[in-house]
Formats: sequence, C-alpha cells, structure tokens
Amino acid sequence: MPITEIVFYAFSLVLIAAAVAVITVRNPIYSALFLVLAFFSSAAIWLLLEAEFLAIVLILVYVGAVMVLFLFVVMMLDINLAPMKEGFIRYLPVGIVVAVIMAAELLVVIWSKGRFDQHAFPLPPPHPAGYSNTKAVGELLFTNYLLAFEAAGVILLVAIIAAITLTHRKRAGVKRQNPSMQVRVQKDERMRLVKMESEPRQGN
Amino acid sequence: MNTITRYLKSLMLLELGKGAAVTLRYFFEPKFTIHYPEEKTPKSNRFRGLHALRRYPNGEERCIACKLCEAVCPALAITIDSTQHEDGTRRTTRYEIDLFKCVFCGLCEESCPVDAIVETGILEYHFENRGENILTKEQLLAIGDRYEETIAANLRQDAAYR
Amino acid sequence: MPETWWDQMLYMITLLLKIAAVVVPLILAVAYYTYMERKVIGFMQVRRGPTRIGPLGLLQPFADTFKLLLKEIVLPANADKFLFLLAPVLALAPAFAAWVVIPFNDTMVIADIDAGLLYILAMSSVGVYGLIIAGWASNSKYAFLGALRSSAQMVSYEIAMGFALIGVLILSGTLNLREIVLAQQGGLLDWFWLPLLPLFVVFVISGLAETNRAPFDVAEGESEIVAGFHVEYSGAAFAVFFLAEYANMILISALTAILFAGGWLSPFEGLWFIGDTFLGQGSIFWFLAKTLFFMYLFLWWRATFPRYRYDQIMRLGWKVFVPITMVWVMVAAVFSVLGIVVRGS
Repeated sequence: MPITEIVFYAFSLVLIAAAVAVITVRNPIYSALFLVLAFFSSAAIWLLLEAEFLAIVLILVYVGAVMVLFLFVVMMLDINLAPMKEGFIRYLPVGIVVAVIMAAELLVVIWSKGRFDQHAFPLPPPHPAGYSNTKAVGELLFTNYLLAFEAAGVILLVAIIAAITLTHRKRAGVKRQNPSMQVRVQKDERMRLVKMESEPRQGN
Repeated sequence: MNTITRYLKSLMLLELGKGAAVTLRYFFEPKFTIHYPEEKTPKSNRFRGLHALRRYPNGEERCIACKLCEAVCPALAITIDSTQHEDGTRRTTRYEIDLFKCVFCGLCEESCPVDAIVETGILEYHFENRGENILTKEQLLAIGDRYEETIAANLRQDAAYR
Repeated sequence: MPETWWDQMLYMITLLLKIAAVVVPLILAVAYYTYMERKVIGFMQVRRGPTRIGPLGLLQPFADTFKLLLKEIVLPANADKFLFLLAPVLALAPAFAAWVVIPFNDTMVIADIDAGLLYILAMSSVGVYGLIIAGWASNSKYAFLGALRSSAQMVSYEIAMGFALIGVLILSGTLNLREIVLAQQGGLLDWFWLPLLPLFVVFVISGLAETNRAPFDVAEGESEIVAGFHVEYSGAAFAVFFLAEYANMILISALTAILFAGGWLSPFEGLWFIGDTFLGQGSIFWFLAKTLFFMYLFLWWRATFPRYRYDQIMRLGWKVFVPITMVWVMVAAVFSVLGIVVRGS
C-alpha cells in the first residue's frame, strides 16, 4: 500500500470520527473544536488531490476566521445543559422524519449505479511539472465564472454593509470616546497657565 | 489645511521616530549599572551602617554607661545595664542593640560624649537564626576592634564639622 | 513519488533530518532571542541586562529553561484538563510548522510549495486556537478576557496583513516565497520595501499586533488582566507558550525579510566595487542578518512605546490600516501594469 493511501485512510477516519463527534459531544466548545478537526482532515485530503490552494484556503477561511468567531460566541454563552434537553421528546418525531429523508437521499445517490460510483470519478491524472493549482483556480474564476464570482462579491459586500448598519445604530445615553479627538488634543486646549501674586504669609 | 498637515504628519510616524531615536541613543550610552559584589559605589565617611563600640588605645572600653544613647534612641533599640567597678568607674554590663528596631539615624553616635558608640560603613551582614538580630556588647566590641582603623579615619575626616 | 519501500523510508528520514535542522536552531534562536531581548531592553534603559550566568550572561537562557522545566504544572480547579494541556501544543505547532516553507537561500527550503504565502497565513491564523483554548480551559476570567482580546486582535490584524501581502503578490506575480525573493533581484533599491513602503510599514506593525507584542500587548495587560491567556500556566506548559510567542516573532521577522527586504539577496548586488565579492553575493548570511535586524526592531519598539489602549488598537487595525493597504494595493497594481516596478530586474 503506498503511503498516500495510508494517509488518505487515516485522514478519512479522523474526518468521519470528528464529524460524528461534532453532533454527539455534549459540550458545544468540544463540538466546535471537533468541527475544526474535521476541516483540517478534509484539507489534508484535498492536499492529496494536489488541490493545495483549496486546502489552504479552507484552513485560512474556515479554521482561521469563521470557527474563531464561532468559538467566541459559544464560549461566552453560559452553557446550561438541562434546558437544552427539554424539548428532545417533543421534537423527536420531526427529527426522525428529517433524518430518514436525508439518509434515503444519500442512499439513493450511493446506490445509483454509474452516476456517482468510482468509475464516474477516476483519479485525476497527475499534473505536469510547473502546474499551479492557484493559477488554475484564478483563471477559471476570472473567465468562465466571472459573473458568478462578481455576483458573490457584491452579495458579500451587501451583507457586510447590512451587518454594519445593524450594529451601528445610534442609541440614546451611550457615551463614546473618540480616539482621534483624544490623539489630536493640544496642550493649550487642556491647560491654562495662570500668573498670580504670591499670597502674604498667614498668621505670625 | 491644518487637518491635512496633521494627517500627513501622523502618517509619516514622525513622533514614533522621535521616540525610537531616544531609546536608540540610550542603547549606546554608557551604563549606570555596576557589578555589585565586585564593584561598589563610593561610600561617604558619614555612612551609617552596622554599630560598633570602641576602646581607648590602652584597651579600655570607652563607654561610660551614661545612657545618653539609650535615651536619645528614637526606636528604643538600645538596652544598657551598668555597674560600678571597685576603682569607682562606671561600666556597662550589658549593651545591646536590636538591629530590627534600629533605624540607623545616627543619634546615638552624635549623643555619645566619649565617641564610644559609632556606626561603621558596614552594610553587608545577615542573620541566620532568631535572636541574632540583637548585637551583644561582646559583638559590638569585636566589630570595633576589627575596624578601629577605618572608624578612626572616618571620624578624623569628619572632626572639623562636629 | 518514490517507488520502493526503502526509498520511501529514506525519503521520510531525510525529511525528518531536514525538519530537525530547522527546528533545533529555531529553538536555540528562541532561547537566545530572550537573552537578546533582555540585553537590548536593558541597554536602552541604561542597564546591562543579564551578566551573571556564564560569560556575559550567555548561559542565562539555559538557566531559565531548566528552571521552567523543573517547576510544577499547576492545574486550576474546574479547568478542562485535556484542553488546558492541549492549548500550549496548539499554540506551538503552527509557529513551527510555518517554517517549512521559509527559504533560507535559493536551495535551502524544506517544502518549496506554490502556495507558500497562503500556507504561512493559514498557519498564523491557526495559532489563535492555542490562545482561545488556553483562555477558556483555564476557567479564569482573566485568562478568558486575555484570550478574547488577543484573538480578536489577531483576527483583525490578519486582514491588514493579508492586504499588505496582496501588494507583494501583485508585484511578484507568485505565491511561492522563493520566487517572491527572486522577483526582487537587483540590490537595495529593487526590493519591495521601496515601492510598497506603506504596505511594508503596515506589515511590520501588524506583525507586532499579530504576535501580541508591545505596544500591542494588551492581551497580557499586566495592569488590568494580570497576564492574559496564560495566567494559569506554569512550568513547562508556560515555557511552551513562551516558545511559541518568540518563534512567531522570529517567523514574522523572517517573513518581513523575505517579502520586503529581498530574503537572501545582497543589498550591494550590482555595485561595481563589491558586486563580485562575498558581500555582493546572495547567501544565507544576508537572510539571517535581515531577520536579525527585524527581530531587533521588535525589541527596540518594545523598549520605546507605551501600550496602546484596546479600542485604539482595533481602530488602528480596521479604520487606518485596512484603507491604507487597500489604496496601496491599487497603486501597486498600477505600478505593475505600467511596468514601473519590473520583476527580477
């Protein structure tokens, strides 16, 4: 067995185990961290496919930014497990229905011969020397998928602006420091030198 | 206009540069630190360190148990018991200084009419057990015997100003 | 890809040796960086720094290391034991892993991969986890506040840093660190620091913030939150955090040298009187000298500047650095299109 295959199975095992742990572990911090582990393992599998750009971007964006903010929020919650289990029985039937539908869909995909089986996705041929994954992705993004790419950019921009306007509403009674005013302040704005006669000595 | 120059100034990081220049200058300046046990800073002849009891050149104790030092001591660190010898002189039987109480003000030295109790320049000493902080008469005399030369020299230097 | 079993083993062994050849000097460098820090800051405060242990105090780092290793690791009550001990490792691993793609000279690099710069960015962003987990697992409010501060700061400054890197990418046209250096060939004035001066400044300052160093060390803010995310750590676990912080500082210095100061290239390249001598040739010594210079800057600024207030740090990162870098990225694009800065001239 070549090393690549060992690496593949090792990371796949870790990936599946981590993914299962995300939804079974009680502590939300742990499930967030298991999600990070799952991202890492899938990045490693992408590396085996020589898709290093995608793999690194997965780590950079999801592990480095999204999950950090996620952890931020989860850590600040006061985790109380009892109320979280309260509705378990009530929501169980709906949950089971959703689970069965999802499982059925997956099974249909897996069992449908020809379309999704191994022969439909042969191992990609090894790339010639000097092939740059990054360049290939870039070329695709800025030629074939230019419109979709730009549309995605605009949507993200709108989302950013929306988020900022939502948080930036003016509330009454909030006192704020203005750092640039504080930095800009000059000596003569805050200090006044006073000349005065010295007072005569008191008493004797 | 004013705003623009201010922005330009802050973007050029002039103030940060000024600060950095100061630290860089001090980087090359000679250092104040000395390697303490090997090198020492000069000490005044009036330095008030560990106490000592002196003797006359003939070997007789100077102290006449007048208890002026005991009276003047602001920290009540000095304890003196005295007795009269057959020849009519008064001498101490006990002369103890509690170094934990002592504030090294030097008043004992100044009040002494016979220059018996003095403070030497010794500042490096330590105690290892309870009770060692109290210097007995024997210890004080021993210190005086050992450092008599430097003590006398220091006193001579200072004599004109007393 | 090696074929036989023995070839694979040989490949693995040489790889491990290469890694050791980077990591061992790196750990030593960290040890002596702490010595250098104490000396430099001491000198700037007109003191001498450590002088006692060994000649000139040169054995001081080892004394410190052994002291830390021999101390007990205290587990706080109600701390999450597993995560508490995992956190230092998570902080250290990316700090070391990033060194894989650093080219010491034209040939000395462990993994000459195409997306090297992205890899470094990814590793530096993963380093946040050590901090966050340490802060949360300690079950202490100071540690938690410190962790929140430092991770928010690191995530914010990564953006400015990323933009600064985009300028380099535009001018060099590659993500490969070795090729980025080669694109700067031609002496002191051909390095990227000159055409990208604002980005260079932003990158260095963001590097300070990214490693939580003074004047951006509010994460440790002794006066408010004791020592930040590592309050509860002692002994070897603390030593590992320390190692990670200093390894990151050295990494940022090395990166600055590579991206903006021509890596291993000589500043005198092409000068008629020294162009052909040893000084005129690019070598690993130039790379180390430049890295050392930027490492010195870290210490110099720590000795000079007072700590920033936290809201000012965030304002600087988002409202000052991000716009500056965005504008200059466009300027760099204009440079590149008009051919004002030519690759590898």
